[in-house]
Amino acid sequence: MSEPVIDGTPIDGAVGDVPTTDIGARPVVSPAVDQAAEQVGEHAAVESVAAARGPLVLAAVGLDKVFKLGRGQVLHAVRNVSFGLYKGAVVALVGESGSGKSTVAKLLAGQERPSGGKVTLDGEPIDVHGGRAFRRYKSQVQYVFQDPFGSLNPVHTVGYHLTRPVKLHQPGNKDVSGTVTALLEQVRLTPADQFVGKYPHELSGGQRQRVSFARALAAQPTVLLADEPVSMLDVSIRLEMLNLLDDLRTRLSLALLYITHDIASARYFADEVLVMYGGQIVERGPAEDVTQRPSHPYTQLLIASAPDPDNLGSVLKSANAGSAKRAGNVGPAVTGCPFSNRCPLADDKCKRENPALQLLAPDRAAACWHLEAATSLYADGTR
Amino acid sequence: MSPILEISDLSVAYRTPGGDVRAVEHVNLSLNAGEVVGLCGESGSGKSTLAYGATRLLRPPAVVTSGSVRYTGRRITQGGDPVDLLTMSQRELRTMRWREVAIVFQSAMNALNPVLRIQDQLLDAVHAHLRLSRHEAREKTASLLDLVGIPRNRLRSYPHELSGGMRQRVMIAMALAADPEVVIMDEPTTALDVVVQREILSQVVELKETLGFAILFITHDLSLLLELADRIAVMYAGRLMETGSSRDIMRDAAHPYTMGLLNSFPSLHGPRRALAGIPGSPPDLRNPQPGCPFVPRCVHARPACAEVDMLLAPVSGAAGPVPPGPVLPAMVSHLTACPFVTPHMSDQGQVSQEGVLS
Repeated sequence: MSEPVIDGTPIDGAVGDVPTTDIGARPVVSPAVDQAAEQVGEHAAVESVAAARGPLVLAAVGLDKVFKLGRGQVLHAVRNVSFGLYKGAVVALVGESGSGKSTVAKLLAGQERPSGGKVTLDGEPIDVHGGRAFRRYKSQVQYVFQDPFGSLNPVHTVGYHLTRPVKLHQPGNKDVSGTVTALLEQVRLTPADQFVGKYPHELSGGQRQRVSFARALAAQPTVLLADEPVSMLDVSIRLEMLNLLDDLRTRLSLALLYITHDIASARYFADEVLVMYGGQIVERGPAEDVTQRPSHPYTQLLIASAPDPDNLGSVLKSANAGSAKRAGNVGPAVTGCPFSNRCPLADDKCKRENPALQLLAPDRAAACWHLEAATSLYADGTR
Repeated sequence: MSPILEISDLSVAYRTPGGDVRAVEHVNLSLNAGEVVGLCGESGSGKSTLAYGATRLLRPPAVVTSGSVRYTGRRITQGGDPVDLLTMSQRELRTMRWREVAIVFQSAMNALNPVLRIQDQLLDAVHAHLRLSRHEAREKTASLLDLVGIPRNRLRSYPHELSGGMRQRVMIAMALAADPEVVIMDEPTTALDVVVQREILSQVVELKETLGFAILFITHDLSLLLELADRIAVMYAGRLMETGSSRDIMRDAAHPYTMGLLNSFPSLHGPRRALAGIPGSPPDLRNPQPGCPFVPRCVHARPACAEVDMLLAPVSGAAGPVPPGPVLPAMVSHLTACPFVTPHMSDQGQVSQEGVLS
């Protein structure tokens, strides 16, 4: 949520690569980065299916993020990520913990500065990290956090949580309490006047997450970045929340980024799915296509691992369970393709060179040196 | 073969100034040797309270108000009568814990002590429950890590140096230290992502097959249980709503709540379709309504629901042919607490031709 921003200093201090003196100065985009961005724009020219829903609102262009860990070590959390969020469309970012999905969201939200590449809102590059400009950006691009138990302040009422952003982002609004009521009704916390005075501990997990949604909507955003909005909730409540998000997206024409590790839910309501591994997008395309005919070996692993109720008496129950995909315990490879140290198809080339996204169809791309073999791997029924 | 762990008529209440919160009410559940029984329900449904109540791990204000938990292990009873966990002395209980019944706790990721090496924590468990020399105990810790596929050199690591999946495996290894016959797993993979989750679960199944323990698996994720468990018990507001084999639950779910749960997770296969989930939120257990607790959220609710006695009864109309040979009633029976709804009944009360998820 929009804290009162103190002279634009990033709050977390994790942005090691930005010299503090640089903060507040005008954006200095080095020519090298610009060129890289151009190149990215060229070879990753995937026509997003989400574009059919509406115009481009927020775009990531060749985003890079390097965290300095100290002692000369660096963590390349995000590499060369480009995609767009379109009005009224849902784009899902899918990947395991540590794949860089949340870092991408933070870069888009302006909470972190990219080490390379840029974020554009309505075509204008964004480099605001403080003061009025930051607040204006925040009123356009809002973030919903994963944990509804941690993201609401336990000592404040629901009313307080909603009044504050309304006052902050709608300064001319004379009817603040009316707006708060309308917000609560929008997220179906009714009767609204019963909820205004409640404290977070008096609400269930689903109700709290509704308050988080309402709080994000208080800024009247055009873009909503939802970082695992349902993964802390009970299975029975998740669907309701996803349906609510879907409904808000349609009614308010929001551009929605849905971050999740549950690829089945991405299939359920996203237009486009981006699969991330080791900080890179390894596969992207229409949700139905990616989940039904995955190309990249990692996407295939992800889909094979999802609990599948249609699969009664699956590999789990057979005697040789687990021998199939005991890939674990290793993080993404540092050189070459990030998936090379877990991939059944990996060879020397994979370990040396990192494949770029190749177009499979105008709206579909995957980054793998062995796409043909990978596709037949899936056809064999190895999943 | 009789059940190894038999929970009968167990009730647990939390005593609060505002009156008792009846977290578990009259639950019957049995676990056969070498079987995986899944206990499924949303947060606050009492599934963890049931497991901890049955193993006497609850502290006041929680009190077990009725029931018995009979355990029939090979070593303890040696073919004799079962022992009741609820009437045992603390001393007898100590010999039971870990050696007979072990638990992998919820949020096991954070259950390891951050300032002790893995080996020291494993040693603590080994020394507390097994009589081994120092050298043997060290050998034991190493072999435990082998069991779950973690390299031995990780013994010297601290928990923060391990990934979430590895920490979870250490917890499982620790639970298996004394070769228990029953392992209770309370949401063991909830915080992990799907790839790691599947790896760990298939490893657990593998260990179960080789070591032969029975598992009571607690989770809110029914889709996971359908794949993993032999039998499933669905819990809501402290009561069992339905029990049956995974197949029964999947194909012929008889309770509206189970049907709702089955309708709550999007599938990766088949046509994309709108799903409803279960609208509403769980009831407040402080002032329970008479009859079925699911009424406010149920699409089949009717006035008679307020008089339902919530006892499990065989599902009517769903009974397939009974398999030949001597079978335990507990193993084949498909029981539901709802006397009105039958499998495949649609919202309008008509029986549809298709299965719930087909």
